Amino acid sequence: MELANIEKLVEKYLDAETTLQEETALKNYFTEGSVAPHLQEYAYMFNYFVATKDETYTKTIQLEPKKSKRRNFKWLSVAASVMLLFSVFIGKNQYDTYKQRKQAEEIYAQVSNGLKILSTNLKKGEQAVATLYKYQNKANKVLK
Amino acid sequence: MNQSDFLKVVLPFKDKVFRLAKRLLVSTEEAEDATQELYFKLWRSKEKIADYKNVEAFAMTMTKNYCYDRLKSKQASNLTLVHSNYKEKETSLDKKMEHRDSVNQVHQLIEKLPEQQKIIIQLRDIEQYDFEEICKMVDMKPTAVRVALSRARKTIREELIKKHNYGVS
Repeated sequence: MELANIEKLVEKYLDAETTLQEETALKNYFTEGSVAPHLQEYAYMFNYFVATKDETYTKTIQLEPKKSKRRNFKWLSVAASVMLLFSVFIGKNQYDTYKQRKQAEEIYAQVSNGLKILSTNLKKGEQAVATLYKYQNKANKVLK
Repeated sequence: MNQSDFLKVVLPFKDKVFRLAKRLLVSTEEAEDATQELYFKLWRSKEKIADYKNVEAFAMTMTKNYCYDRLKSKQASNLTLVHSNYKEKETSLDKKMEHRDSVNQVHQLIEKLPEQQKIIIQLRDIEQYDFEEICKMVDMKPTAVRVALSRARKTIREELIKKHNYGVS
């Protein structure tokens, strides 16, 4: 395209009065190499526009992954609360049995202590009775 | 509307959605998230989509609004400041390098434009929509769109000339 023509188009371009076709013509002129030095800045602009359009969205688009994520969380929280309840229940049970055993042990210790005291005292009594028997025997012998 | 019909309608413009999101949100990751989110939304409103004549324009409007929301929300405000997609301008005598830099400069210059001009230049000069569609997408009158576009183009050009003259002298 002639330079004069390009200059005219560029003026229109700056005033935003070019059509898409005219802009494509400008784009072709400015991206194809030899550009008049006084129009160099347009080459930068159009080169940038063209280069930018090459950028693409490379990831795959998912339509509803969020939902499943949320659902997972929901189920996870349900499971967690059930677990918590269950563990509290088990823990309470365990604690109760532990407490009962502890109590039983205490009672057992007390009882066995008492029995021990009783048995030592009984032994004393037995000895006393034994000596008494001895005396009695001797006395009987003497008396006969 | 089943899934394959839906995809046939919406997939052709996924890159355009992505590029517009990237234009507004700057970071590639944010733009990818936005694109994905937009497609969730489209899928959820798939019953309505069947009635729309121009799904693409509708999707672009949604993208624009969604990106605005993201920009407004605190969460995104940190991310918008991260410019990780281009390198620092290097001083090289190589003509080609300089050319590449200048092309990148255009990116930075568009970055500095007001949001509305950014969107319009994206839609017109990169995606090449006609004015009627752009008016629908941004919900503006044709004359207003033209004024904004003209302003954006002139700003970019003037800035480029300014930078270039500095570079030469």
